[in-house]
Amino acid sequence: MAVASTTQTGARPVRAGRRLSVPAWVGTVPFLGYVGVFLLLPTAIVIWGSVRNSTGFQFSNLKLLGNSVVRSYFVGSVELAALSAAIGALLGAILAYAIASGNPDGGVRRFSLAGSGVLAQFGGVALAFAFSATIGPVGYVTQATWFYDFPQGILPIYVYFQIPLMVLVFLPAVDGLRVQWREAAESLGGSTWHYWRYVGGPLLAPAFTGALLLLFANGLSAFATIQAWENQIAYTVPQQISVAISSEVGTANPSEADVLALGMVVMVAIIMTGYALLQRRAARWLR
Amino acid sequence: MAAITSLGETPIATAAKAPRGMQASRRRRLNAFRYVTFVIFGLFFLVPLWSMVRFSFAGATPGSWSVTPWKEITAPPISSAAPDLLSAIEITLELAVLTCLVVLVLLVPTMIWIQLKVRWISRAFEFLCLLPLTIPAIVLVVGLAPIYNFIRHYELSALQLFWAYVILALPYAYRALATGLGAIDVRTLSEAARSLGANWATVMVRVIAPNMWQAILNAMLLSAALVLGEFTIAFLLLYTNLQVAMYYTARATANAGVVFSTSTAALTFAFVMLVILSYVGRRRRRG
Repeated sequence: MAVASTTQTGARPVRAGRRLSVPAWVGTVPFLGYVGVFLLLPTAIVIWGSVRNSTGFQFSNLKLLGNSVVRSYFVGSVELAALSAAIGALLGAILAYAIASGNPDGGVRRFSLAGSGVLAQFGGVALAFAFSATIGPVGYVTQATWFYDFPQGILPIYVYFQIPLMVLVFLPAVDGLRVQWREAAESLGGSTWHYWRYVGGPLLAPAFTGALLLLFANGLSAFATIQAWENQIAYTVPQQISVAISSEVGTANPSEADVLALGMVVMVAIIMTGYALLQRRAARWLR
Repeated sequence: MAAITSLGETPIATAAKAPRGMQASRRRRLNAFRYVTFVIFGLFFLVPLWSMVRFSFAGATPGSWSVTPWKEITAPPISSAAPDLLSAIEITLELAVLTCLVVLVLLVPTMIWIQLKVRWISRAFEFLCLLPLTIPAIVLVVGLAPIYNFIRHYELSALQLFWAYVILALPYAYRALATGLGAIDVRTLSEAARSLGANWATVMVRVIAPNMWQAILNAMLLSAALVLGEFTIAFLLLYTNLQVAMYYTARATANAGVVFSTSTAALTFAFVMLVILSYVGRRRRRG
């Protein structure tokens, strides 16, 4: 009795104190819970699924990456992403320079930026339809015989959303080039070529390479456009993941999907790390 | 994935004054270069859009005009293999609203709380919010499939897609909100409100949120634009949203005009939203 009462009286201040000292990070628990279930758990499922089979933990699934058919999807993905990123980056850089060299408050600039924002976003199903209406089998402009060839048929469609993305990512860097640097080069007798070779080019190189990587990652992970363009033959990893996880034709193979997905994650993670590092390097001069 | 990175992050018009004192010959060359560039790029971007619009008004015979494709949007499905477009549009709009709300409820209080109470967690929080950028939707969907198998035991509606869409929208909403939150003095506002007797809910809903409504609107528009264009996750989890419905309609009847009218309508809608977005963004920067 006496013991109980002392515990009670002793407990009250402790409990009151504890209520005050609920750690403040508890407020972030709803968010952490949500992200845990719908972002971290799926990622863990992919990784776990790629190193496990019915008998337990093993790496044999990863041997799939050595399979020549599986490798051909990665080759196709990298080919398409690299070509579309290179063309998109080059053309986007030219367009960005044309925009940056105009009036900074002008209508052309505002229109181009708003347009880029929309068109970089305009990937997906509708874009493939727009191109099939333009150069497809019943195209309005021309009926290209190569429209369903890989990669040249899908390439213009990818370039269509890569260029606007390049403009959005690269324009701040081009804007950062000061007129004074150009004037300095000219007053020292440098030609346009000298300026780009020794001043502008090296300054823009980190930003350009970073943007190139971003475009590459963008091309790698695009799925909707290529699926709407061609749904019979898988050329790229995303298409094959789709084949592997849907059992529409009775070929569902979840562990193949997991391994392919893991390969994608690793590639995109490396690229995005490189992008982040280059962005930091680019910010050194152009701010 | 990264296509949307740039959305709404229109680079701020910095420096880059119109080059004064430039040699006349060089200015002439620069202007010629700009006009040629804009014309060529303009054609590349506008011709596919124009073809899509032209096809959306195609009549029964080649070259004729008709509004039938537009009327077909509301008509019952053209074949048994084609999904009901109208219900797909409805579900997509509902998903957009639901995703916006959940993103805000999840992010805004958590971000304010972290800013006020648990600063040390903010780097980890930012990392988690930006993490979906490095995990392509096509990868996420592989890990989400088992989780959605579980969800389907309780609820079959396509509205359940919002769980995944919130994760996809996280990086964009986070960056929009972080900009808005960084521009106001959260600590002073909340201390003032608290000292006048407001509880935490009042502080967030009636004090801080009204001070960053532009950032909130920005985050909502970005999330909505993302949901309207989403294909990958819905398609692979076997749900029917707008993009999936368009995909299957095109597959059921090749070159159906209704595909082009729906695409045009969806694109116009996205364009209007992004124009609103660019105005919101501009006012925020000036104000």
